[in-house]
Amino acid sequence: MLTVSDLRAGIADNEILRGISLTVNEGEIHAIMGPNGSGKSTLAQVLAGHPAYEVTAGTATYDGEDLLAMAPEERAQKGLFLAFQYPVEIPGVTNAYFLRAAYNEIRKARGLDETDPLDFLQIVEDRLKLVDMDPAMLNRAVNAGFSGGEKKRNEILQMAVLSPRLAILDETDSGLDIDALRVVAHGVNSLRRPDNATIVVTHYQRLLQYIVPDYVHVLAAGRIVRSGGKELALELEAKGYDWLTEPDVAGAPA
Amino acid sequence: MSSTIETLVNREYQYGFVTDIEADTLPVGLTEATVRLISQKKGEPDFLLDWRLKAFRRWQAMREPHWANVTYAPIDYQAISYYSAPKNTKPLGSLDEVDPELRRTYERLGISLNEQKRISGVAVDAIFDSVSVGTTMKHELAKLGIIFCSFGEAVREHPDLVREYLGSVVPYSDNFFAALNAAVFSDGSFCYVPPGVHCPMELSTYFRINSAGTGQFERTLIIADKGATVSYLEGCTAPRRDTNQLHAAVVELIALDDASIKYSTVQNWYAGDTEGRGGIFNFVTKRGKAAGARSKISWTQVETGSAITWKYPSVILQGDDSTGEFYSVAVVNNRQQADTGTKMIHLGRNTKSTIISKGISAGHGNNSYRGQVKVMPRAAGARNYTQCDSMLIGNQCGAHTFPYIEVGNHTATVEHEASTSKIGEDQIFYCKQRGLNAEHAISLIVSGFCKEVFQNLPMEFALEAQQLLGITLEGSVG
Repeated sequence: MLTVSDLRAGIADNEILRGISLTVNEGEIHAIMGPNGSGKSTLAQVLAGHPAYEVTAGTATYDGEDLLAMAPEERAQKGLFLAFQYPVEIPGVTNAYFLRAAYNEIRKARGLDETDPLDFLQIVEDRLKLVDMDPAMLNRAVNAGFSGGEKKRNEILQMAVLSPRLAILDETDSGLDIDALRVVAHGVNSLRRPDNATIVVTHYQRLLQYIVPDYVHVLAAGRIVRSGGKELALELEAKGYDWLTEPDVAGAPA
Repeated sequence: MSSTIETLVNREYQYGFVTDIEADTLPVGLTEATVRLISQKKGEPDFLLDWRLKAFRRWQAMREPHWANVTYAPIDYQAISYYSAPKNTKPLGSLDEVDPELRRTYERLGISLNEQKRISGVAVDAIFDSVSVGTTMKHELAKLGIIFCSFGEAVREHPDLVREYLGSVVPYSDNFFAALNAAVFSDGSFCYVPPGVHCPMELSTYFRINSAGTGQFERTLIIADKGATVSYLEGCTAPRRDTNQLHAAVVELIALDDASIKYSTVQNWYAGDTEGRGGIFNFVTKRGKAAGARSKISWTQVETGSAITWKYPSVILQGDDSTGEFYSVAVVNNRQQADTGTKMIHLGRNTKSTIISKGISAGHGNNSYRGQVKVMPRAAGARNYTQCDSMLIGNQCGAHTFPYIEVGNHTATVEHEASTSKIGEDQIFYCKQRGLNAEHAISLIVSGFCKEVFQNLPMEFALEAQQLLGITLEGSVG
């Protein structure tokens, strides 16, 4: 589904990703872990097409197409979803309106008719339960005045409504208490299908107790320094990141 | 950014065309003789000519105000023609007699002068350069006793009403531009709603400047008698030209006991090109007097056009328990400058005013909110709430707020809230990541920002305003 090959990217002259290669297939959950500043969030943003980052080398193919050549909205319309680490506030625009606009843009791009507000409400109400959200949240402005936990939950609600093919969760666990973490994880697990995939970007192993990955990749200084199964996450929890980021190991191929 | 954005930035002003029509235009220059000639052309009674002449003499002694936060090259008042009218505009028996060329012009502007096409139940007075070319729905309204006609016709048919109310809210001596208008105003709209009548449709004036080198100086006078209600809309466009044109209008509203007037404007004058060449100077005095007890005057404005906007729709809250409202969205892009806001003057007891101002600045635009809230000693229990929000798009524009608050009664409550925000790349990227393109994202973010104002516009206008805003701002992020 997604094949990233020797991807290099950064901001201005500051190279952050220094040759990332990664393959994600249908039905898989990949965890990307690593210390602060290793480039985890940059990778998520680059895959989603954030204009602040410049890709200097490498390729990314998504369902056989050149992902990097697509505009961010096109990637979204083709089913790539990023749950933001810092969801953005849009005052005056209700959550319901925003969600429906997004839902319909994606439908339009696929040649489907727009969904009218009443039908849409049904779809959303169904999904609200998944993330244990109060329907009143739909009438509040997008993320405006939301608590940290509410914002993260709202990201998962959007994901549930838009049902992406490839979801990237960027530190969705940061700032969540254990109850919120369970709710978010439950949402993500319920949305898992044989034909979609998820990339979970996280600093801590904690989230991976609830969302069990098929593969774990450790990122350090812009490179994947170690890949493995879910047991790698446990090893990291016990040993920390330092043993992987020693200079002699960092250069090793993934 | 993308090439679509590029096209959108360079999108032409949609209403920039010129109508080729033979016009009766006065030579440039302004003397007492000009004032007399305008009055004579309109066949006015003596009281009006006297009033014009007093205004003209007063104007000559006045100086153009320069306190607003705008800059422009000096205006040569002797280089402007003060009157231009399409030829053959003798009083028409019916709208079917309107010159076909003019009718086509209004149709291109989306305004039908055809009595048969009663779209959305709006009555329209169409003002072309200096004169009204037709008013629709007049007869329907007349059945209810509502007078809706051009100012010229009101002077002929209802001189007593005009005499009683003209200048009663904005005296000719009020300010430089109001005095100029009083001296040379050529036409405008007039409306009177009799006691207890609720006007069943939106009344509307559509202003069109066509001729080059002319100014447009029109006057609107709206009177809602006791217990009457009326909702009024105003729209404006002009051709693209490289030179600036002056639009100095006066609007007076009078609401008697228990009456209510809602006045909405969607202003889309030509704003000049991206380098700031051309465009309308919109120097307008708008004021309402909530004269009666429990009366209400509400201004809603969406200001997207003009090279320079200098405009403060205000309310004098004279009657006890009267209400004044001001809802405003002012957008500047490219080199546009706007200095706009309101004045709420509380005279009566328990008077209440609300000000919601949304300023949006993009490109090299400069946007100032200037508002005065004045509570006079007698206005016990007066309340004002002001909310003044600015949004910046890009990093070369400016937003300024100048609130003036004077409270002369200790039982009054005055609240002022202000905020400034910036549409960021992150907000747009967030929307794009959800599948929305840049255009859609900006219009979504901006309409969210303006929500409290848009919900006060009549339905058809709200949609138009939202689209207009989208067009004005497209391509300003990137």
